[in-house]
Amino acid sequence: MAQKIIAGVTVEVNEEGYFTNPEQWTRVLASEVAQEEGIQLSDRHYAVLEFLRERFIKGENLTIRSVGNSGITDIKGFYGLFPGAPMKKAAKIAGIPKPASCV
Amino acid sequence: MANEEFPLKKVCIICAKGAIEDVYASLVMGNGAVMEGIETKLFFTFFGLDAITKKTMNSLHTGVVGNPAMRMPGGLPFPTLLGIIPGVEAGVSAMMRSQMDKLDIPPVKEFLEMIEAGGGEVYACKLAMDMFKLKKDDLWEGVKDVLTIGQFYEKCGGLQTQIIFT
Repeated sequence: MAQKIIAGVTVEVNEEGYFTNPEQWTRVLASEVAQEEGIQLSDRHYAVLEFLRERFIKGENLTIRSVGNSGITDIKGFYGLFPGAPMKKAAKIAGIPKPASCV
Repeated sequence: MANEEFPLKKVCIICAKGAIEDVYASLVMGNGAVMEGIETKLFFTFFGLDAITKKTMNSLHTGVVGNPAMRMPGGLPFPTLLGIIPGVEAGVSAMMRSQMDKLDIPPVKEFLEMIEAGGGEVYACKLAMDMFKLKKDDLWEGVKDVLTIGQFYEKCGGLQTQIIFT
């Protein structure tokens, strides 16, 4: 297990940079990780991140469809917020493990 | 490592069959590629056209006759003779679709919309359309174009591209 210093805080991460202890997550850390990914977080980004964290904590599947049905953004908007690989990027910024879902 | 040096950049998927499992194989692989940020193109031909035809796309069936992997709920083998009773195929297919819904696997139309929302492209085969006497209007409105296979291949060029046939 690796450690990484983000915004002066030592965070436990795995080799791909995903938080291994989601409780260490804060909005400040999210903003730093997002910048590494080339994303400037807006309120809408944070709403998505918090939605994903909530689902993760409840043990629910993280699917792109659930984000589309969240009422925060539609799927096209989700791709716009986290360009490229939205689920992976959003999970990384949200301080939760890489999603293991195929949909 | 070849994987890191040459990651997949484009995936072109050809779907030629219209059973639930064949169509979903294509859709899952297509959507999965889009989700990874890989350029994605899907080409539907022959019976695969059912998946992008408005009338049929959300009521695809699975084969219950001559399918040795088919099981009853509980895991007992599914007798082929049962499959020939009218309504059985429709019932089994509806059951499969409801199981998929529980896993957050969307219906065909919604799945295609997800692929489109992420920038994936969906094409129909001209030859098969002519064969089945289908018009562009019969197809789901997200279908980008009706192409010959040659035109599709033109879109499949480039390094780190794979063509997948299901």
